[in-house]
Amino acid sequence: MLDVLDGDFFRRWLTTAAATVDREADRLTELDSAIGDADHGANLRRGFAAVTEALAPRDADHPGAVLVLAGRQLISKVGGASGPLYGTLLRTTGKALGDGAEVSREELAQALRAGVDAVTKLGGATPGDKTMVDALVPAVDALSTSFDAARDAAEQGAEATIPLQARKGRASYLGERSIGHQDPGATSSALLFAALAETAEATR
Amino acid sequence: MSDDTQRVGIVLVSHSAAVATAVADLATGLAGGGGTAPIAAAGGTEDGGLGTSAELISGAAHSVDRGAGVAVLVDLGSAVLTVKALLAEGDELPDGARLVDAPFVEGAVAAVVTASAGGDLDAVAAAAGEAYGYRKE
Repeated sequence: MLDVLDGDFFRRWLTTAAATVDREADRLTELDSAIGDADHGANLRRGFAAVTEALAPRDADHPGAVLVLAGRQLISKVGGASGPLYGTLLRTTGKALGDGAEVSREELAQALRAGVDAVTKLGGATPGDKTMVDALVPAVDALSTSFDAARDAAEQGAEATIPLQARKGRASYLGERSIGHQDPGATSSALLFAALAETAEATR
Repeated sequence: MSDDTQRVGIVLVSHSAAVATAVADLATGLAGGGGTAPIAAAGGTEDGGLGTSAELISGAAHSVDRGAGVAVLVDLGSAVLTVKALLAEGDELPDGARLVDAPFVEGAVAAVVTASAGGDLDAVAAAAGEAYGYRKE
């Protein structure tokens, strides 16, 4: 099983994530039009396009530096709440990884845990609030098992938001009418972990 | 009374450029005669849509920074989160920039009046925050 992750791995993860977001942007916006303001797909597409562009000159070589640079781009370019949230996730994770040239999957899982903690602190959401946290928390827990387990846990976490009533963000204003819709943020979080598993599969 | 070089700057961040600009005009108008504190609106996205732009916020904060601190007032959602994330970045906003927890319109008026009168950043933040306490019934 792949266990040594270098800067190039992280670079490929994020460019794969950008391609995935680009492909799924219409679906994300459709989910967001049901309970949000119908901009999630377009916002993330713009943010991840900026990430891809920023990583192209290969200034950031180490795993931590790649994630910090990407997080900065998302904070600057997204234009919706997902920007500072995903930006904080990647930036805090990158800082937790430090400046080593290679990290293990378990080290990534631990660093992502710090990243998710920073996201919950910034946005104030806890599991069950129908937010990205509902996909991120189980995914990070499962990453200690495998990349595929993390992908599956994120996907299940996103699907499990359907019966929930939103308690954070614009969707919370809808009250009970938010029930029955999958949360767009949890869905895009699942895409990030799908991209991670895809990258790991291609690296093997 | 302090001169402009010592006044606290005010930044108003809204999802809407029209809202941010109008509230800045309102607060400046209600601040009355004499020189007012430097104030800048950072509303909407760079392409004129509804949303939040980190670059507009950063630019606005630097434009009103006179070295006495910058009070940043926000409306909701991504405006709040973006300013918090920029503050956590460390180098995106001027030293002494602070997110002020206050109602947007009433807080902006209180902040501009206080800053124009020469109040320091603590006084501006306190005045803006106190606007939460003005009951309307």
